[in-house]
Amino acid sequence: MNGRVEKPRLTAAAGQLVRDHPLIPLVALLFMLSGVLELLRPGIINPFWLGNTVKFATPLAMLAACQVLTMLTAGIDLSAGAVATVSAFVVATVTPLFGVPAGVGVALGAALVVGLLNGFGVGVARVHPLIMTLGTGLVATGCLQVYQRFVIATGTEIPHFLEWLGTGRSFGIPNGLFLFVPFSILVLAGLRFTGFGRLLFAFGSNEHASRLSGARCWQVYLALYALSALIAGVTGLLYIGMIRAPSLSLANPLLLPSVAAAVIGGTSIFGGRGSYAGAVIGALILTVLGTMLTLLQMPEGARRVLFGLIILTVTALHARFTEQN
Amino acid sequence: MSVMTAEEREAVPLLDAKGVSKSFGTVRALSDAGLKVNAGEIVALVGANGAGKSTFVKILTGVLQPDSGNVTIRGSEVHVGSPAKARRSGLVPVYQEPSLIPDLDVRNNLRLSDTPEGPFLNWVNELGLRGLRLDDMVGHLPLATLRILDLAKALACEPDVLLLDEMTAALPTDLVERTLRVVRSQAECGRGVIFISHRFSEISQLCHRASILRDGATVGDLAVRPGVEDRVVEMMLGAGVETGAPVTGVGHVARPRGTPRLEVEGLAQGGKLSDVSFEIHPGEVLGLVALEGQGQDELFEVLSGLLRPDRGVILIDGTPVSFRHPADAIAAGFAYVPGDRAEALLMERSVHENIALPFSTHLGGWGPIRLRRERASVGETINRLQIDTRARGAVRRLSGGNQQKVTIGRWLAVGFRMLLLFDPTRGIDVRTKRQIYPLVRQLAERGASILYYTSELDEVPLVCDRVLVIFNGCVVATLAVRDANESTLVRAAYGLSPRDACGG
Repeated sequence: MNGRVEKPRLTAAAGQLVRDHPLIPLVALLFMLSGVLELLRPGIINPFWLGNTVKFATPLAMLAACQVLTMLTAGIDLSAGAVATVSAFVVATVTPLFGVPAGVGVALGAALVVGLLNGFGVGVARVHPLIMTLGTGLVATGCLQVYQRFVIATGTEIPHFLEWLGTGRSFGIPNGLFLFVPFSILVLAGLRFTGFGRLLFAFGSNEHASRLSGARCWQVYLALYALSALIAGVTGLLYIGMIRAPSLSLANPLLLPSVAAAVIGGTSIFGGRGSYAGAVIGALILTVLGTMLTLLQMPEGARRVLFGLIILTVTALHARFTEQN
Repeated sequence: MSVMTAEEREAVPLLDAKGVSKSFGTVRALSDAGLKVNAGEIVALVGANGAGKSTFVKILTGVLQPDSGNVTIRGSEVHVGSPAKARRSGLVPVYQEPSLIPDLDVRNNLRLSDTPEGPFLNWVNELGLRGLRLDDMVGHLPLATLRILDLAKALACEPDVLLLDEMTAALPTDLVERTLRVVRSQAECGRGVIFISHRFSEISQLCHRASILRDGATVGDLAVRPGVEDRVVEMMLGAGVETGAPVTGVGHVARPRGTPRLEVEGLAQGGKLSDVSFEIHPGEVLGLVALEGQGQDELFEVLSGLLRPDRGVILIDGTPVSFRHPADAIAAGFAYVPGDRAEALLMERSVHENIALPFSTHLGGWGPIRLRRERASVGETINRLQIDTRARGAVRRLSGGNQQKVTIGRWLAVGFRMLLLFDPTRGIDVRTKRQIYPLVRQLAERGASILYYTSELDEVPLVCDRVLVIFNGCVVATLAVRDANESTLVRAAYGLSPRDACGG
């Protein structure tokens, strides 16, 4: 009898704790997965492994920022993968012709064009973000294929500083962090302490109320999707420095994991609720999970099934715990 | 339904709930609630917002399970486990929110709930609703119609006990009268009715007894007699409070001269708003009275920049303006508080963020937030309006009255010259109402102009300097507040005044 009373009370207390600090279970899960990894392969957890994990989680976490920002307004950015690829491919092909600044400029310019197009579609033409960004993503990929024919003879060159950023280490710390740490502080602070960040939450909670309070939707969406595309563009630059082999589908495999990282991190796809810190931990969890499933030496099919199931379970549990009432 | 003798009625109450308690986590919503409904009786269930009324209703109708206490129906103790069971044992509720499915037509909705079509249509007719077609999509019908359909649906089930939650809140006056008549006839047939309302005039007209809930416990059960309102209010609030004393300053404003703050000439929009002209001076509260759907919604939406007028001129301080977006109206110093609070609030966000929202909406406010300044101005607003911030983390958890304070407070923090209040006291408790009236007067004294639409006529003498009555999209009367007694207002609102130029 006593136990029956105790148990719900305990669950309720745990639920309250998780509601107030939704990051705690995520961090716990991350440590748990690392623990399992250590059990599977004793000694694997060392500074080098840590550095590698962080290095590979970085582009994913940056791309997840695109998803968090857009999901806060109940949107999504499915063009982020394609935009990162475009930016990566463009920088590698323009640099040998016109130099590094031009390469980076053109790459980010191309990303911005896609972002403005997304913002126009969502904010002015009122196309659903899912459809709009899916469409522009496909168009961008198509354009990249056409573009490739023109530059096929020029060869590729990856700017030196991008290689340094993507693959180098200083004092054992991956250089990518020099980009990522300021970036994530900017995103976190931006969401909390700027009017634009507030507006993203406001739009996701009640767009009509935001309008009544004087917000012009098209401005917000245009700025949001342009920003998201720029972030994807920068991610592409970092990623090409890391992979060092431009291809037409370079960053595309990161797209759906970036959505998963945001969702695991507690961002609601219905808008108004979420945090970038959660998405960063989500990206780390996915990376560790990937390593673990590789170590298990399962057939590729089973690995993917397990990966999907784990994402589903984690998200369902997290949503259940953090849900009010 | 056979008519029982008086003794039988006394002997077996239709519904008897005793000692009902319910807690949510650590919050005790109900501690000792009780309610008895005899056959042929209409019992008012009253209580300030947050007194536990909704929880009690949910327990009676089987939506929630009580922690303790029992509910007997017709003398036998029943475990009302689910809404369906409650319905089978004869208790049928009509909730404040429409219960029909918007994406189905009326006929399919009836099929879904197993309601016989014939009796349903009879009741629709009896309730005075004209022109309903069974293949109308429910989502396209106005709110007032949906309430009537819900009631007709409940009546068609021939319930023993009918529970009406704020049944008249969204209804125009003519439908209210029909509804009250039908409810009375139900009681005369020997049915029991639980009537929940904020409107004392209806309670005193209709009910036999009033059961008062305060802080989760039933604190009184009074027979309704003339003059009982004071006693009921006193018990609701837990302390002696005078009823409805007019707020100082009303109507004392000398006829203002000079350029009006706002002039509206020949405003027309869509089919609803055909020709509205009026003016508001600084420091004036202009009341607006109308039956449901006479163009008042469109008028407010035009003035707040949500809709563009087809014809007509809007002048601010003598200068013509045109609003293409709410942002334009806000820039011109107009603040709009819509009738539906859910329309204006970010339900999942904090009180602070809701009040500070207009600071961030224009491009200049996108940058870093000046936290100290913002905290100061939001804090001042919270203090000034005495917003209950115990549940400040999510506005959704505040009571209706506190939510309304947040929607008004948002504009106090930014400042305005013209305040558009659309039925600001709809569905909120007496205590908050009494805070809103003096606030409105105070704002006017400081030079704001206020347009105040209200669906409760007895508010007019409490806050307004002048009253505008619109009917069928036209202004039919402009009255000084001393001439605006209930009967003149009602006559005018029905288009019965001499000037019924738009009649028909």
